[in-house]
Amino acid sequence: MFKNPRVKFILGGVAILASVIYLIVSSTQASAQYFLTVSELKEKQADVTGRELRVSGAIVGETIQYDPQTLTLTFTVAHVPGDNAEIEQQGGLGEVLHQAVVDLSRPRLDVVYVGVKPDLMRNEAQAIMTGHVGEDGIFYADELLLKCPTKYEEAVPEQVEG
Amino acid sequence: MLADFGYGVLVVTFLVSLFAILAAILGQAKKSQKWVESSRLAMLLTFPLTTLISLTLIYLLVTNDYNIAFVYEVTSRAMPTYLKVTALWGGQAGSLLFWSWLLSAFMTAVTLRKWDRDREFLPWVVLVASVTLAFFLALNVFYENPFTRFWQTFSGVQPATFRPAGAMPFTPADGNGLNPLLRHPGMIIHPPMLYLGFVSFVIPFAFAIAALVTGRTDDRWIRITRRWTLWAWLFLSLGLVLGGRWAYDVLGWGGYWGWDPVEIAAFMPWLAGTAFLHSVMMQEKRGLLKHWNMILIILTYALVIFGTFLTRSGVLSSVHSFAQSAIGPAFFIFIGVTFVVSIALLLWRWPSLKSESQMTSMLSREALFLLNNLLFMGILVICFWGVIFPLISELVTGAKVTVGPPFYERATGPLFAALVFLMGVAPLSAWGHSTLKTLGKAIFKPLLAAFLVMVAVVIYFFVNPRLVNEYLPYALIGLFVTISTGFVTLYEFWRASQARARAQNENVFLALWWLAGRNRRRYGGYTIHLGVVLMAMGIIGIEMFQTETQGTIAKDETMSLAGYTMTFKELQDFDLNDASGQPMQNVARAVVEVYKDGKMLGELYPRRDYFYDAQQPMTIPGVRSTLQDDFYVLLVDWQPISSVGATFKIYHNPLVNWLWFGSFIFILGTFIAAWPDQDPELAPVRARKNSPAAYLTGD
Repeated sequence: MFKNPRVKFILGGVAILASVIYLIVSSTQASAQYFLTVSELKEKQADVTGRELRVSGAIVGETIQYDPQTLTLTFTVAHVPGDNAEIEQQGGLGEVLHQAVVDLSRPRLDVVYVGVKPDLMRNEAQAIMTGHVGEDGIFYADELLLKCPTKYEEAVPEQVEG
Repeated sequence: MLADFGYGVLVVTFLVSLFAILAAILGQAKKSQKWVESSRLAMLLTFPLTTLISLTLIYLLVTNDYNIAFVYEVTSRAMPTYLKVTALWGGQAGSLLFWSWLLSAFMTAVTLRKWDRDREFLPWVVLVASVTLAFFLALNVFYENPFTRFWQTFSGVQPATFRPAGAMPFTPADGNGLNPLLRHPGMIIHPPMLYLGFVSFVIPFAFAIAALVTGRTDDRWIRITRRWTLWAWLFLSLGLVLGGRWAYDVLGWGGYWGWDPVEIAAFMPWLAGTAFLHSVMMQEKRGLLKHWNMILIILTYALVIFGTFLTRSGVLSSVHSFAQSAIGPAFFIFIGVTFVVSIALLLWRWPSLKSESQMTSMLSREALFLLNNLLFMGILVICFWGVIFPLISELVTGAKVTVGPPFYERATGPLFAALVFLMGVAPLSAWGHSTLKTLGKAIFKPLLAAFLVMVAVVIYFFVNPRLVNEYLPYALIGLFVTISTGFVTLYEFWRASQARARAQNENVFLALWWLAGRNRRRYGGYTIHLGVVLMAMGIIGIEMFQTETQGTIAKDETMSLAGYTMTFKELQDFDLNDASGQPMQNVARAVVEVYKDGKMLGELYPRRDYFYDAQQPMTIPGVRSTLQDDFYVLLVDWQPISSVGATFKIYHNPLVNWLWFGSFIFILGTFIAAWPDQDPELAPVRARKNSPAAYLTGD
């Protein structure tokens, strides 16, 4: 078919490369989610309503409510900075989460999640939620990831703190 | 006391590894065997030293010395001794130390081998290993000292390596304890397996660099490290499978793989390593793609370090990263420097790595191997893109955009299907040249069988329309590809053993045994392929046909899913005590009966344990497993007093056990391929001695 056998290999390689790029681009477009902090979400609420989002925040313990009949979990998260350097600067994730819950002036977001209540669900845990904001301003989470740095990465024993 | 000793030995070990680097360089510069030998001995010395450090830390863990910050963080008095020992890798500082320990153990094993023919590699292999070891030890020495102690000062308790002025040692009464989610056998062996895999990939990399530096760029380095690479790959695969099993048993979401950045971090070196395992065969058999193999092993090494980094830093949001620390920049610099240096070496030796032959036929074995490599690289690129996309998008647009599991599933799905298909076809094609006709002839019978099975599958879906969902077309394509590949692979086994049985006049099974024994690598490889086929069936089953339901039911009420009916019988609520009678965890356990077609199948005990020390619950599913499906019940909530009822979530996971069974076959195949046999270099010599020609020449 071709005089130089390399030509068909190069063509084949290009075809595979093109299909990988196509897969990446189209899948990225289909499933990209904005990752926002609570205050970013509050600012842009009108723009992002109904869109697939990812939000991270600190869980406020006393707002956790769970209705086992409907498996509906409702809670409120408080704003935590999204930038790692900023978190480090403010004394690590554990401290930042603690401050976020204590500081009442921070923007807060109500969240509804239907499903099994996760084991790590507790005060000052970091919640990373995927879902969308409804017209009512409530965040409807489809997926809920939790991190609990306070308990396991605490460098100083709690009983002697403060 | 003991902590000071441990830290002291750590510093000494770090210095020894620096000395090994220096001596290797000097030995090379001065052309002095003395220096080379002394760098080798220094390398050997690091193993007893890291063993001593690790044993010291383990001793502190087991003896509940909560004055040590690390011991406080990862253990508590209530934990059994074996968990205290394994807590060594339960936190950042300890797992970095564990990494160094494993690396020095492996390097010792390598330095002890016979080097006669490969003397010139030795200093460079020691150098690469020592640089890697020195880096990890430095992390422990400067950033993450596992022997940091608590000190009481005027301003409160603070952790420090050395006594701050005027401070008294402070010892808390009890430790934090290991996260209960991690107290699972799968989780106890999962990290060391991954680490073993990570660490053993350093060895082929070290030899590759040695080959580049010395200019001995034939396939010698590949032959030496072939078995190491297989073991590395075996450990990495085991680590990934165990991690999946742990998630399935413990995390309570009915899944095993969540495309979490940290999972991907462990998966990426596996992808590069798998491509490498296949592509070295092209170099051995045909002298092809020497540059490519170098690139692959350099990439694998970089991904190994990157993987360790991702799991150990808080760069990405993930359920796994329980750790946040300052070691990020150090990791980035190390990866960057080693990568740039390796690539520079490769470019320097580029001309001497020319291929010895050329690829001509698109369907030849080597061309299909190349295609396999491209597909693995494609998946790797997709994974890498998904992991770093949030960082890129933040740089470019200022907004952090992430991609979730749907991205990975959609983008990698077609490539995985193509790989499975290729896995069936490639072993049938010949080196050098193959045509569609010869391939078609070899594949025709198994393909026909697969087609018949597919007809049966389609009929099955017609008879059971409730199983039909929107994924069905993809599932059918996937099943057809996997079943064909399965049959082709089985047919290969059968054909070869049949031929041998006829020639040698043996029983077919005996023939198969001998065949596999003589050509372990090949038949080990086919066994791995069969394992992958079975795993793929399990994945298709759970990913595309998983169903779930949830609800609250009172005693003696029922819930149904996928033909199963479950009756809630009773709820038990009790404390489990440790050896000293202290309550350790509260257990709420539901007893449910499972029925199918009116027949009782047995009782399940979904439970929820509450750990007092960590103040955390843990949901343990009740699972009824068969080859057909898993009936997976979670106890979500309950009313202890009024006994109104309990809330359950149920998953029906079809075929999922094929995933675990396939993994088992997969690991078995890797064992067959990696099992040591006599040095292949000796084999031809012996063969010649017994041949008639040798006899005639009086050799």
